[in-house]
Amino acid sequence: MNNRATSDHHDTSLLTVEHLSMRFGGLVAVDDVSFRANDREITAIIGPNGAGKTTMFNCLTGFYKPSVGQLTLHHPHKGDYQLERMEEFHIPQQAGVARTFQNIRLFPAMSVLENLIIAQHNELMRASGYTVTGLLGLQHYKRAERKAVEFSRYWLDRMGLTARAEWEAGNLPYGDQRRLEIARAMCIKPVLLCLDEPAAGLNARESALLNELLLFIRDEHKIGMLLIEHDMSVVMGISDHIVVLDYGRKISDGTPESVRNDPAVIRAYLGEEEDAELPPKVARDIKKN
Amino acid sequence: MAVASDAATALRPLDPAYVLKEAGAVAAIVFALSISLVGFKTEDVPGGITVVTRFGAVAIVTVIAFFGRLGLILLREGRPFPVLVTALPFALALFALLLWDQLFAPEIGLRRFLPFGDIIVNWLLAIFAAILAGRAAWTFRHEPREQSAEEREKKMDRVVAAPVQRAARLVGPLLLGFAIILPFLPIADRRLLDIGILVMTYIMLGWGLNVVVGLAGLLDLGYVAFYAVGAYSYALLATHFDLGFWICLPFAGIMAAFAGILLGFPVLRLRGDYLAIVTLGFGEMVRIILLNWYDFTNGPDGISGIPRPSFFGLPFVRNPPEGTETFHSFFGLSYSPIDRIIFLYYVILLLALATNAFTLRLRKLPVSRAWEALREDETACRSLGINPRNTKLTAFAIGAMFGGFGGSFFATRQGFISPESFTFIESAIILAIVVLGGMGSQIGVVFAAILLIGLPEFFRELQQFRMLAFGATMVTIMIWRPRGLLAHREPTIHLSDEKTPTGHN
Repeated sequence: MNNRATSDHHDTSLLTVEHLSMRFGGLVAVDDVSFRANDREITAIIGPNGAGKTTMFNCLTGFYKPSVGQLTLHHPHKGDYQLERMEEFHIPQQAGVARTFQNIRLFPAMSVLENLIIAQHNELMRASGYTVTGLLGLQHYKRAERKAVEFSRYWLDRMGLTARAEWEAGNLPYGDQRRLEIARAMCIKPVLLCLDEPAAGLNARESALLNELLLFIRDEHKIGMLLIEHDMSVVMGISDHIVVLDYGRKISDGTPESVRNDPAVIRAYLGEEEDAELPPKVARDIKKN
Repeated sequence: MAVASDAATALRPLDPAYVLKEAGAVAAIVFALSISLVGFKTEDVPGGITVVTRFGAVAIVTVIAFFGRLGLILLREGRPFPVLVTALPFALALFALLLWDQLFAPEIGLRRFLPFGDIIVNWLLAIFAAILAGRAAWTFRHEPREQSAEEREKKMDRVVAAPVQRAARLVGPLLLGFAIILPFLPIADRRLLDIGILVMTYIMLGWGLNVVVGLAGLLDLGYVAFYAVGAYSYALLATHFDLGFWICLPFAGIMAAFAGILLGFPVLRLRGDYLAIVTLGFGEMVRIILLNWYDFTNGPDGISGIPRPSFFGLPFVRNPPEGTETFHSFFGLSYSPIDRIIFLYYVILLLALATNAFTLRLRKLPVSRAWEALREDETACRSLGINPRNTKLTAFAIGAMFGGFGGSFFATRQGFISPESFTFIESAIILAIVVLGGMGSQIGVVFAAILLIGLPEFFRELQQFRMLAFGATMVTIMIWRPRGLLAHREPTIHLSDEKTPTGHN
């Protein structure tokens, strides 16, 4: 439908999804979805519950192997990566794809700072000579560790968590846990950040803070973002580009404005019961009927 | 609802029927258990075996259980006074009797006033009575307050575990100093040193297993397999190739580490109960192989004549072969068999210290943080680019390596090994030490090993009920501290470079 909006920026595209399908036995969770996500843009993926959004994320980050399709990450410095062929634990480090989870997955018994340090694991492993030279207590590793701490401090400051760096991550308030998870994902220095419902469970103020944070990451760190979100104030407020899924199929793709007025999207959302998830125009339509 | 407003201060009326029913139920359970466990005892007599009945003891146990439970109920209902006036004199009288009996005059025969024949059981009873009296006195001073288990756990963590963990920096060197001078103290006899060696072996094994279970969170029920691999590696290398202990030690560690990787590969995808079952099976497999591969391991006959460790080539023997020197002749001492025990004591102390230093160092390295992260959330780890396969395999290998070191020490200490020594119960004990000590806690392992290995040795008086004491210790700790004695974790890295920003707490 509205593919032109993305193909204009062909030269800066970061992720190309081509004919992605994911089947679980007889169930088709994602059905022949293709789209592009551009560098330095926030691409939102929306759709009713069960539309296949998280499944697609899991394919992108290697947790599932797609049944069909090609997922190409155009790394700005290192060239292209075929994500569907990579082991899931290689994707973050080599291709630079980071993700957060719908239900927050921190390391709850470890400190806030440690959570961020673990994200820099592979760098530190190299610095510690894969533990062999690290055991000798060489200065080389100490320096690398300090550097990692300073990098974490940057994100702690940005998230307002510096004072609580020694807290157990599991003891943080919910909103801070969400922010810590984003900070942790940023600590692997990604080129593509995949956020799975980052605004879920946040109040209005926290939600506004999140918007600000995501725009900051896009503009200051110059990376691309994929965003699954139900909160339309977040989606419409900050996305540059929206892809709409329903029953595993892509039903719309374009700028927020064009998606908002797309009849296919309105139809898909009419079946939903929760007003909060409806785009404003749709909500108005329901009231009229 | 007028009553509810006063509920904090006013006592609920006691329902005697309910109280008697609950106390009676406990007494009935104790009676049912003890009638068979305590009531009958087989004794060897010339020409066979005979059953001795001890119904008196059963009656005493049942009565004590009844009154103990009654006391607990009264405490719970906020009536400490009757408990205090009963438990305190009882405890005091029992202590007095015991002290009198043990210190001054065993011959007077006060012993027949004691409720049990075994002195140690009387001591335990006195201690329980004293605890009950103490709790009653505490309830007098403080309002009884309902605490949820979680609240209590958090409070214990703050009040007990965290300070102890911090004090570990002091307690550790103190314990170490004590361990170093122990052989020269007047109390150090052969028995105490043997117990010390045993406890330290288990401390070392506990620290090794702590890597796998405490840090990486991989429940390993077959740790004894690596212990066995280490022991047989040393025994076979030493008896076939005539190599010394210190040369074989690294080989034994490497062999055990390989065994660890061998076990690690098939269980990479397993977690929790399933992992436990497979590791349990692995432990048994190793034992059964050792038992049946007769040509290689000498099967159930075991391997004997394993060389003892020497002090830089100087053996600890009375009569050396012609032309060789021994430890005592080299240093101009007279031969004493305890020299060898003291030497073994220091060897295991050294090995345990090396294990401790190694694992403490690991804590500061990314690999250990990755283990802990893997324990916390494997999915999140993979999303951060941590290779779960390599990380788990290193945990298995390093844990197994220390098992191997422990095993070769065991072999050299015993001088004889057979598959009999590597049964499941050993794995269970080592795991119990780690779990009771508090997963991941170094000093916790020390306390748990002293508690679980040291105490049962002192409880030998109880004979076959020794394992009952072992079980009771475990149950008590699990009720009191379900997450282990010292399950408190300090962050491994801090924002500022200063090592210990722990002045505040």
